[in-house]
Formats: sequence, C-alpha cells, structure tokens
Amino acid sequence: MTRVFVPRDAAALALGADDVAAALAPHADIVRTGSRGLFWLEPMIEVETPEGRIAYGPVEADDIAGLLADGLLEGRAGRLRLGVPEAIPFLARQTRLTFARCGIVDPLSLDDYRAHGGMAGLAKARALGPVGTVETVLASGLRGRGGAGFPTGIKWKTTAEAKGDRKFIVCNADEGDSGTYADRMLLEGDPFSLIEGMAIAALAVGASKGYVYTRSEYPHAVATVDKALAIARAAGILGAGFDIEQRVGAGAYVCGEETSLLESLEGRRGQVRAKPPLPAHKGLFDCPTVINNLVTLATVPCILRDGAAAYQAIGMGRSRGTMPIQLAGNVRHGGLFEAGFGVTLGDLVNDIGGGTLSGRPIRAVQVGGPLGAYFPPSLFDTPFDYEAFAARDGLIGHGGVVVFDDTVDMSHQARFAMEFCAAESCGKCTPCRIGSVRGMETVDKILAGQNVDANLELLRDLCDTMKFGSLCALGGFIPYPVLSAMNFFPEDFRRGQRLAAE
Amino acid sequence: MAEYEPWNEDRAKDIIAAHTGMEGSALPILHALQDAFGCIPMETEPLVASALNISRAEVHGIVTFYHEFRRKPPGRHVLRVCRAEACQSVGADAVAAHLRAALAVDWLGTSADGAVTLEPVFCLGLCATGPSALLDGQPVGRLNAARIDRMLETLS
Repeated sequence: MTRVFVPRDAAALALGADDVAAALAPHADIVRTGSRGLFWLEPMIEVETPEGRIAYGPVEADDIAGLLADGLLEGRAGRLRLGVPEAIPFLARQTRLTFARCGIVDPLSLDDYRAHGGMAGLAKARALGPVGTVETVLASGLRGRGGAGFPTGIKWKTTAEAKGDRKFIVCNADEGDSGTYADRMLLEGDPFSLIEGMAIAALAVGASKGYVYTRSEYPHAVATVDKALAIARAAGILGAGFDIEQRVGAGAYVCGEETSLLESLEGRRGQVRAKPPLPAHKGLFDCPTVINNLVTLATVPCILRDGAAAYQAIGMGRSRGTMPIQLAGNVRHGGLFEAGFGVTLGDLVNDIGGGTLSGRPIRAVQVGGPLGAYFPPSLFDTPFDYEAFAARDGLIGHGGVVVFDDTVDMSHQARFAMEFCAAESCGKCTPCRIGSVRGMETVDKILAGQNVDANLELLRDLCDTMKFGSLCALGGFIPYPVLSAMNFFPEDFRRGQRLAAE
Repeated sequence: MAEYEPWNEDRAKDIIAAHTGMEGSALPILHALQDAFGCIPMETEPLVASALNISRAEVHGIVTFYHEFRRKPPGRHVLRVCRAEACQSVGADAVAAHLRAALAVDWLGTSADGAVTLEPVFCLGLCATGPSALLDGQPVGRLNAARIDRMLETLS
C-alpha cells in the first residue's frame, strides 16, 4: 500500500489529525510523524509517490473520500494539493538543521533516525574524545537557546573541569513561554536528537546520568520521550555508562529557570537558588551539572556531524547558527521558522508570517514569551539577534513571536504581565514576590483613573526595582513587557483618566 | 474521562513505596498519587513525609507550590484552557468568559452536575492554532463559542 505520512504532533491532533489518519487507514499504509511546523496547513499529510512526497493540507477527515476518488494516493488529486513540501515558500526559505528531521521521520524509528543523519554526531564525538568534543561545541559559537544565550561550550568546559563523584546532564524541557513550541515539536517529532545530544554532552563532561525535565502541559511529548528512551536503552545507546530518566513538572512556570528546575528535580518547591555556585560546579544533588535547553542539546549532534565551521558560518554578530523562531498568536502563517540569526522582525511577521490572522493591522509583537518586550511596528527593523534585541530593551528568549492586532489593549497586557508574575513568583526574593502584586494594583489604579501621572511614575520606579533587585529572570525581566507597553503605547494607559474626567 | 480510586491508605502507601528508591522522588510520588486518586488527599501528606524523612510542613509546601496538584478530585472531565498571551491574541479571554458562563463555574470549579472541571493553564505549546485547551488530555484548537457549545454537549 502507498505510504501516507500523517502528523501526530499535538497541534495537528488539536485540528483533527487522528480522524484523518483513521479515515485513511483502510486505504494506505499510515506513518505517523512529527509536524513540519506549518500550522495553518495542519493537518498536513504527505503521500509517498515515485516523484517524492506530495503534501496536502489542511485536510479534514471529511475530505478523505473525495481526495481518494481524485487520485490522492498517486498525488494526482488537485484540491488541497500543496505539492512538494520543501518547495512551499515558508519551508523553502528556512535553514533546517535542528529541525531537519521533524515532520519527516517516524519519531520512534531508530532506523529512520539513522537514515536521516542521526547518530553520526555521537560517533564523531567518540572519535574526537571529550576534549575535542568540547572544543568543537566552543568553536561552533552555539549559545543557550533557552533565552540567556550563554555560550554552551563554556558551560561544558566548566563542568568537564569540575571535580565530582558524579556529574549530571539535565535537559530543560520546561518550555513555559507563551508563543513557544519548539521543544514540544522536537520531543514529539524527533526525540532521538535530544537523546543523542545528551549522550554527546555526557561523553564531553564525563556524566553518568541525565534527566529530561518535561512540563506536564505536554502529555503527548512526555509519552513519546518515555518510548524513545526505552528504544534507545534496548538499542544500547543508553545503559550502563550513561542513562537518561524523564521527570515531569507540575505546572510551575518558574521551574524553567535552571536553579529552580534543579530544586524541583531534587524533590522540593521550585525555588530559585542564588548563584554562585554555578550549576556547572554545584548543580543537581550538589554535583557538577550541565543544564541546557532542549533545543541547545538537540542542535549539538549536527554540529558534531557537520563540524563547527559549518555551523559557525551561519548567523550574525555573536549569534551564530540557526534559531528556530516560532510564529504564534494572531498570525496568518503561524509556524516554526528555523533560520540563521539576522532576519528582521518585520520580515518575520509581515513577509513570512503573512500579517495577522484577523486581517487587521499589527499593533504589537511580543518576542520572547511573557518576560519579553512588546515591540511596535516602528521597531520592525530589529534583526533577530540576542544583542540587537537587548539594545532595544527586548529579548529573543526561546524564540517565540506573538502577534497582536489593533484590537489589543496594551494596559491590559501590562496588567497581565504583573498578574502572571504574582501567580508564578517562587517567593524567594522580595522584589518579585511583593513587587508583582503591587505592580498589578498600581496598573489597576491607573486604569481606574486614580492619580494617573503619579502612579505611572511609581510603576516605572517599581519596574526599576524589580529589574535590578530580583534574583532571577522572572522578576528581573517582567518589567520588559510592562515598560514597553508604557513607552510605546502610552495612550492605552490614559483611558481611565479620560473616563474619570467625564 | 478518567476513573479515580477512592481514598485508601494502604494503596497510597504502596504507591509511595514504589517510588522511594528514586532520587528526588517527591514529584513522581505526588504525580502517581494524583493519577490514582484524582488529587493529593490531605491524608497522604504524613505518609509522604514519613517515607521521605522530611517534615509534614515540607510536604505541604511542595504540594501547594505546584499549580497542578489538586486538593479534591475533579469532575468526570477536566478541561484545561490556555490563558497565555498567544491565545489571548486570538480571543482566549472571550473563550474563557463563555466557558465560565456556560458551566456556571469560576476557574478550578466543577460544574454542578459534576461533569466538567475548568482549569486555567499557562500555555500548552499550541500557540499558532489557538485558543487552545486540553480536554481529558486531548488537545483542541481554534476554540470559539460555537465549538465550545458543541464540545460541552458531548460531555456528561
């Protein structure tokens, strides 16, 4: 029977991919894959033909009978036909390295994984040895994709040189930022890339045990990773020398912060630790620990396989390689866009994203999750680069780009930022724990038209205190969305004043 | 929809004992307890404390720190609705208001007939197909008032 590839990525499932697979099952050999990341076309199915794969989408179960009658299995049916997936402009413009296999392979087939370049990085690392492996990662210029952008090679070198009876590799898969789903896509669509990356890290620093800390909001990812770990163990990739265990979070956003994550893994409240000591010296159970974001770890195999120079050649400034940018929210073409650093925000949301889903003008774009600044269209020339965003009081975070149309009330978004911080603060430091509550109250007063000028000034002062006085990025960065909303959309904070005057 | 076991101390002790060999076993234990009983009953706190050799206050602190641990079992269905920014940008606030009115509950409440518990969640990673929710663990996307009404009709 003809093979048809149907994604089982959670976003495709949300749009009915299981029903599509069930409708096709009597007629074709169904292979469930991850998603290519073109979510406005999901469920996007691909038919294997002698000319290669032909994509159709968005397909609903009700479409299947008609498509089959029109020659779907030969790739002849004309309706919903997207053609060769790689030629779809959204995909054709990308540089897929970390996500090269996602949406193409069966995520739980090691044969597929190997046939698409998998395990070559680990073989190379074994040939290079620990020192050579660390040097390769250093030379690639890879920086942490969780948001902080710290050079991965330096983290690894520090852990490798640290003394300890045991060492750990921890994968931060607690992807809590709104607008981000890169981790989820890899966990569901290419979990072996993470396992290979962690095995390489273990070899580089001399670790014997790894943990994947996955958020509980991703039940499909959790299930896929557990299966992938069992397969890797049975194949001897994991085992006596290095093994990996998955742990599941419990809905605390702050556990995406690395020291809070370590506390949670040790079985405590996810409260942030003061640094130093760095996790590289004293991390999990007080042992030297490499803690990296999932995308960082899953990128390491292709760096080892293709060499540091190939990766380093992509990007701009000090941001080397590719970034999986996630277009989300009110955007016409929402999806994962992996490209070298440097593409501008305007190109991303207008050209690649196709503007808003609602068809209304874009008013603001929040980049980097709930701690990221809201950028107005006047900043759309900002290139996607750690330093360029920081220079404009923003951050790229984990690469989430959330688009809002002109119906958004930015004072409401500023209030939400403070409300979110109040709900998610771990409570360890005062600026974050108390400041977020006071910030919420102050925005409420501004919206009610009470002493608006004085309260706006107070809110600025409070943001300053939180920015410089908080222990971690939650309290430290929550001022970004608040201040950017105040700076770029001041009129939204004056509505209450007008109402009060009337 | 999930079936939960009635509270049983011996069963709770077995669940705890099955995990105490793990390092940092508190979260795995609590997840397993909630999977079995639908929540973390107060009665489990001294059992967990004794098994992990920590104080009951510490156990209580862990349980209450994490949003996901419940204190009483949910309704027959659990609807976890995203409240985060990406879903807000496509109408999540209106979806939430519609749901709360249709079920006549606030967040974390269970409808009077015991059918549905409404839980807020901050991001499901379904940010390009929102507003999003998980219904009994299954993702649903592009929610609006009409889709919600159709979905609620199927739940009993």
